[in-house]
Amino acid sequence: MDDLLQEFIAETRETLEALTGEVVAWEANPSDRARLDAIFRFVHTVKGSCGFLDLPRLARLSHAAEDVLSAVRADKRTPDTALVNAVLAVIDRIGELVEAIDSGASLDDSSEDMLIAALAENAAPAVTSPHSATPQRAHNRSVRLGVELLDRMMSGMSDLVLARNDLARRLREGDFDPRVEAALERMSLTVADMRDTVSRTRMQAVEALFTAVPRMVRDTAAELGKSVSVRIEGGDVELDREMIELMRDPLVHLIRNAIDHGIESADDRVAAGKPANGRLTISARQSGNHILIDIQDDGCGINTSRLVAKARALHLYTDEELAAMSEKDRCQLVFHPGLSSRDVVTTVSGRGVGMDIVRANIELTGGRVLLINNPGKGLTITISVPLTLSILTTVIVEAGGQRFAIARQSVEEIVKVRGDRVRIDQIGGSTIATVRGRRLPLVVLGSLLGIEAQGAQTLVIVAAREGQFAMAVDEVVDTEELVIKPAAPAVMASGVYAGQTLPDNGLPMLLIDGSGIAARAGLTFERVIAGEEEVAVAVDDATRALLFDDLDGQRRVVALAAIDRVETVDVATIRFTAGRLRLTCGEALVPVHAVAPIDGAPTVSVLRLTDGGREIAYAIREAVEIVSLPPMSAIAPATGSDMIAGVAMIAGEQVELVDVHALFAGADRPKANAPLCLIHADESGWMANFLKPAIEASGYRCVTRLQPGEEADVALAMAGASIDAATPGATVPLVRLRMDRDPIGPGDASIYRYDRPALQAALAIGRGQ
Amino acid sequence: MMIEQFLIAKIAGRRIAIPTAQVQSVIDLGDIMPAPLAPPQVRGLVAIRSRVVTVINADVALVAGTSTSENRRAVITVVDGHDYAVLVESLDEVETLARQPLSPGMALTDGWRACAMGLVELAGEPMLIIDLAAWIPSVALAA
Repeated sequence: MDDLLQEFIAETRETLEALTGEVVAWEANPSDRARLDAIFRFVHTVKGSCGFLDLPRLARLSHAAEDVLSAVRADKRTPDTALVNAVLAVIDRIGELVEAIDSGASLDDSSEDMLIAALAENAAPAVTSPHSATPQRAHNRSVRLGVELLDRMMSGMSDLVLARNDLARRLREGDFDPRVEAALERMSLTVADMRDTVSRTRMQAVEALFTAVPRMVRDTAAELGKSVSVRIEGGDVELDREMIELMRDPLVHLIRNAIDHGIESADDRVAAGKPANGRLTISARQSGNHILIDIQDDGCGINTSRLVAKARALHLYTDEELAAMSEKDRCQLVFHPGLSSRDVVTTVSGRGVGMDIVRANIELTGGRVLLINNPGKGLTITISVPLTLSILTTVIVEAGGQRFAIARQSVEEIVKVRGDRVRIDQIGGSTIATVRGRRLPLVVLGSLLGIEAQGAQTLVIVAAREGQFAMAVDEVVDTEELVIKPAAPAVMASGVYAGQTLPDNGLPMLLIDGSGIAARAGLTFERVIAGEEEVAVAVDDATRALLFDDLDGQRRVVALAAIDRVETVDVATIRFTAGRLRLTCGEALVPVHAVAPIDGAPTVSVLRLTDGGREIAYAIREAVEIVSLPPMSAIAPATGSDMIAGVAMIAGEQVELVDVHALFAGADRPKANAPLCLIHADESGWMANFLKPAIEASGYRCVTRLQPGEEADVALAMAGASIDAATPGATVPLVRLRMDRDPIGPGDASIYRYDRPALQAALAIGRGQ
Repeated sequence: MMIEQFLIAKIAGRRIAIPTAQVQSVIDLGDIMPAPLAPPQVRGLVAIRSRVVTVINADVALVAGTSTSENRRAVITVVDGHDYAVLVESLDEVETLARQPLSPGMALTDGWRACAMGLVELAGEPMLIIDLAAWIPSVALAA
């Protein structure tokens, strides 16, 4: 946290210095929109950072100033002298506080209420107390250096390594004094050590960017009363520090946005059939000459129609322009300054300022921001920044006498084409490698690159983003940590390389891009575009499942994601009450699903399943093990069997997959095959409150209105009620109820409303029994 | 008329003049590693001290049907932050010469037309002024 605080201080100090000019210009011309925006962004950034660093005083000040500035931006307030002065006083105070934090001095907070009060409309101008002497700047044990200087140091270091290698080679050729050898050895060690240090001045693991994320997610979510779990992937990718710094703010903004705007409240999520816990995945990966950082949430996505409506209300575009926009263009509106898809302003984000800053900052680096919007399902934001420099652990392979590097990260396995572990077949026009039962498309690297391949004796199993394939190479030489730089555009244009590098032997080498090779070889993996969502789920618990022996002796699996825990309960706590099995858990009742009678043993194992809101206990004989489920496409769908989603092959055995969805859909609701009774309810509420429970207790399902496609078996209405022939279900056999005990005349077929046996009989007759 | 310094070189059998502002250094290259699938004028990659430099064989752009060049001598230039070594047959002196426009009606063949920026005259012999960047496969290609 200290690092982050130091960075915040350095950054705020720097921005303040840069802002001084803007402040003066704004004071001179308060209607200057550009200056206003600059100042607004400053306070917004300060607010964002200090919420995260837990600096409540700064947060309060910046939030207050932001409110006022946002009102000015929305033309709700005019920037008069009093307002400008009050804002400037707040900015000055922010500067003082930052210095105080840095030096560890305490600063009296008595005047802050006054400063904030002065921001209010028609406020009396604040009595600007003469500033207390600014606290002494703390002595800082860090210096700022130009990147160019570091670059020169890096390239000097590489030269040194090559010179050392050259010297060693030459010395090996002749006889020489052991003392020379010792000296060379010592030099080699120093050089290696130096190289490490020097690379650290320029490079940093992306982890540095991600370490603060979990805490931030937690705090932001807590603030909003949401529950969000976060997954972080690819933190070991090493990146240029410059890039890491540039990505920090955008990342913070985007994550906050995702939690505030994307992920819904737990209730809404459950209602939408999602787990109550929001899921956020932050991942970094290298693709070609770009580093991609994905921020993926499973929230509600961008509501484009609301964006369009707001853009129309604010007259940002004409109606014709808006009408002509594609869905993609509509999404892009989120980057418009002053547009935010949420109507309520919160302290976390929510003025639409975040997104335009984010895009501006990233485009400054030559990067891009991409949106993949899945309304209702989530939003994936990809930040793509050009790769200037990276250090990767690579596997070096040889094909046709030439060496290539491939990122270790994307190599899943290396196997020799020998014996019966690997089989290579020609299927149609393509070549397939079968490695331990797994079929993979095969690409011969040498042939693909148009160079003579000799044996292609080794297969490198490459896990590209789109899918896996086997790449045949002559041999795998070594693994080496290498500094990767982008290659010339003409070389990168071939699409199969991710960069170039100079290994210790002094011969340039190209880094192969797994996805590029797959694309070049024409391999198509099915879930390229539509699969974005599925892929994300696939890496999660969803692909893992618990294999168990059910009560009826069948072996079944259930998705691990649905299991809260497995526990052993007393059979005595499970009772058949009110039509179904229920488990007593303390004060609560949990419906129990059992495929066969529970008997014999005094205890039984139950799977406590949860959909995030409700719980079901699934009684089993025994849990076996945790297995990986094959992809959904490989699961044979069930035919006519409820509570079973399909059949999967697991370890060569047919295993039924429990349909968790059906379990929850069926729990606590009358059976679907219960006869349906339509109640033509009147306003009195008697039918809904008195009659409905009684009818339901007699084994009917009751509705007051038919859903499309639903057909009632029988209907009920009061004697006097008129039924519109256009109402759905008007033709259903009707039983009428009367208020009086006695019929009005001989032709009166209605039934006294409290005569339960007669009512049941009439219903049974009505539905034709 | 502008007086400039030009490096006189020979490429594809012709003498040419390269503005010295484009030339970073002149070097004899070591082992060139091919870059498979790159455009034909990219001969490969070479290490010059600790830098990886892309080697350009301009002959391919100039004379149809030429493939490999056995040339080892090259002119180093920087385009868009990337280092390139353009192979040449031979190098002469640096001369201070006056830049002249291309003669009207001069029909240059395709490869030459793209890179010619003007003419210089050295001891009565006219030669083309060459823009090295024109030989480097464009970034547009990469997009």
